[in-house]
Amino acid sequence: MKLNYNKMLRITNPSQFILMSVLTSAFLAGMVFPLFSLFIKAFQDSGGSFVGLSNYVNYFSQPALFYSILNTLNVSLTTSVVSTILGFAYAYALKRTNIKFKGFFRYAALFPIFVPTVVHGIGLILLFGRQGILTQLGLEIELYGRIGIILAGIIYTFPQAFLMFYVTLHYADGRLYEAADSMGCNALTKFLRITVPEVKYTLVYSLFVCFTLAFTDFGAPKVVGGGYNVLATDLFKQVAGQFNFNMGAVVSTILLFPAILTFVADRILIAKNYSEISAKAVELKVNKNSLRDGLFFAVCFLVVAFFLIFIGALVVNAFMRFFPFERCFTLEHFRFGRAFGGMQSFVNSISMSLLTAVFGTIFVFIYTYLIEKGKGMNPLKKLGRLLSVTPIALPGMVIGLSFIFFFNSSSNPLNFIYGTVIILVLANIVYFYAVPYATASGALKKLDKEFESIAESMRIPSWKILSKVSAPLSLPAILEIFMYYFVNAMVTVSAVVFLYSADFKVASIAITHMAGAGNFAQASAMGLLILIVNLIIRSMYELYLYGIKKQADKKGADLPDD
Amino acid sequence: MLKGVSAEINKGELVCILGPSGCGKTTLLRIIAGLETADQGKVIIDGKDCTMLPPAKRNFGIVFQSYALFPNMTVEQNVLFGLSQQKDLNKAQQRAKALQVLALVDLLEHKNKYPAQLSGGQQQRTALARAIALSPGYLLLDEPLSALDAKVRARLRLEIRKIQRELGITTIMVTHDQDEALTMADRIIVMNNAVIEQVGAPRTIYENPVSTFVANFIGTMNFYKNYAGTFGVRPENIELTKNHLPGNFWTGKVSSLEFKGAMIRVYSKLHDNLEICVDLPAEKAATLELKENDTVYLKAADRHLLQYADVQEAV
Repeated sequence: MKLNYNKMLRITNPSQFILMSVLTSAFLAGMVFPLFSLFIKAFQDSGGSFVGLSNYVNYFSQPALFYSILNTLNVSLTTSVVSTILGFAYAYALKRTNIKFKGFFRYAALFPIFVPTVVHGIGLILLFGRQGILTQLGLEIELYGRIGIILAGIIYTFPQAFLMFYVTLHYADGRLYEAADSMGCNALTKFLRITVPEVKYTLVYSLFVCFTLAFTDFGAPKVVGGGYNVLATDLFKQVAGQFNFNMGAVVSTILLFPAILTFVADRILIAKNYSEISAKAVELKVNKNSLRDGLFFAVCFLVVAFFLIFIGALVVNAFMRFFPFERCFTLEHFRFGRAFGGMQSFVNSISMSLLTAVFGTIFVFIYTYLIEKGKGMNPLKKLGRLLSVTPIALPGMVIGLSFIFFFNSSSNPLNFIYGTVIILVLANIVYFYAVPYATASGALKKLDKEFESIAESMRIPSWKILSKVSAPLSLPAILEIFMYYFVNAMVTVSAVVFLYSADFKVASIAITHMAGAGNFAQASAMGLLILIVNLIIRSMYELYLYGIKKQADKKGADLPDD
Repeated sequence: MLKGVSAEINKGELVCILGPSGCGKTTLLRIIAGLETADQGKVIIDGKDCTMLPPAKRNFGIVFQSYALFPNMTVEQNVLFGLSQQKDLNKAQQRAKALQVLALVDLLEHKNKYPAQLSGGQQQRTALARAIALSPGYLLLDEPLSALDAKVRARLRLEIRKIQRELGITTIMVTHDQDEALTMADRIIVMNNAVIEQVGAPRTIYENPVSTFVANFIGTMNFYKNYAGTFGVRPENIELTKNHLPGNFWTGKVSSLEFKGAMIRVYSKLHDNLEICVDLPAEKAATLELKENDTVYLKAADRHLLQYADVQEAV
């Protein structure tokens, strides 16, 4: 009987099955149950009794709140279109033209992901605000409000759009362009008939992703939004200002909408995109065209120049006594006020990010390993895949609010993590889970699928094949995941804004408070600290990649024949 | 999905499971290994029912088409990895055993290289060494040679066969290459569409294929129909002349000539458009001075004619 039971469930490896079950339960407790309690709250009154849709009726009958939706749509749409066009042009310049300094441009484009979005807003204030450097030079724009949120949104989402196109444009099939040349097609025809179809899925996906990021961002609208309300700031006001948790839950469900659309688009487009890359593709040779190169160089140059001025503004404000009036060097702005948690909040950020990176990487890698390489357990694997990709659809504030509902409930045995660093780490791990999962899954899929079979035949336990073969071979991916978790945990505001406690403030939140208090010098200083730490982590990772590439070149140099 | 597959394998013999891709031969091998579980049926090893036994308890060594060598370990470490799990051997004994199998596959001088630094043939032999290091009860080879160049493949056929004989290890090899099966196997199991078509010694299978599928898959077979049924005849068993022959014979017109080195394959069309091919030694073809559109006379001895119920689609 026992054999038959095993056969039905296909539990051929009990220890793997137990581990898989434990990790899946952890995922349920860290994501599904909290979300569930959030949804329930949207249909309850503050006393906890079921009220149907009346919260929603209430919400939509308040014109101010309803306008927030239109505002949010307005800024997100503009942001996503501009970012996508800019990201495409920038990636095209690096992959399909012969401009100089490509290496520099590539890394420079990533600058915005190393600072919190609230710093994007602060930088804009330093440039275009009332005392702004560019304002003083006569370049006046109406920063606070719609324009400011859109500009900050573009800075925030540009690197994401750029990275997506950079990957897609990398896989060019040179044969198509050669065939077109042999038929006498001109440059425009080639662009419209070959390049655009190549990137069409990425184009759509980039629009979705940028839209969702802008739709759910909190940091930038908080500092440059002025009186222009968007959903994320509304959510914050409802929860942190008026303690109206049920209305907060309602806004959260609205915030989820574009994210769910992105999620669906992601599933559909990924499947389509990968089927179209031919294994026989030939590398594209970029022909000479100095007009084109000049044009695209100008695009890259302008973007990077703006970033440099941006960083320059942060530096100037961080190191000068009182820019622009007192221009002498000082370090006093790095003595952060006690109300902002002092230097401790920066230390807290680093320890929170390290914990997130360590535990996140371990969890992602082991769980993905079981999903990709575990024996049998097909229903659990399916569930695991679904759980792993879901976080891509979850805005940070939604996770934060759902954690309040779930973990702050006195009946929850995990209640003790509330208000500690643990809940912050957990929120970060969940919030940023989807990308590390894709990285781990991609790396593990590249490994020979028979390693596990060989191990079984040689009676080597599966943990040993994981620790001695699969993990060492996936080290680049593991470090990438570590870096991704660290950098993102350092900069996130939205995932932690509802969850940090007075005893454990983090740097990104401190910056938000500094900006709120008008202390842009300290905010710039803290922003620079985060930037520097993230750049150090990223450089270490790049150095490591460079090292293994050199090693591989050396090893592969002398291949023998039979 | 395998259907009613049943076969016995004797101790110490090398059996090839031969068939076109997708015929279920790899599935059968994986079931024997315990890497996959059959929904029905039994796997009996040494008289014991092993159907539900995990691979680790079945005591086999396996070589995959991809070799699945651990790329971050040297040749010696690859072989030692399994040995290091054997608690009854101390470190020195494990090492001695590893060196012994590496000597057997002639890889001693390459033992400190990583798989990426080896040629295809050397990688293949490393995989073989790793599979036999634990002195398994039987050896499973899943298309072990198909990733190699033709020359290397031919040489390794002999080497694997030699090592298998030396160790006297029961071996099951999956392949889609008929030459490989014919040259290496003691017995061949021919599979198609998830069923076993025929089991037998290479010579028997070649000379007496029980079905038109086997006849076509292993070597070439001419088929023709007459009032008595469907008949098959191998190209090398047909006599071809330019003069009339005594007794029954066919008349045909040469449609094309195919140069195959030591042989010439002559395709001729008969009156009813049936095409028959004949293999002639190159020397004989030269004396006949055959050209396209020549009229030729063909004849096959009765003992070379094989009767079949029906002609299956050739693969």
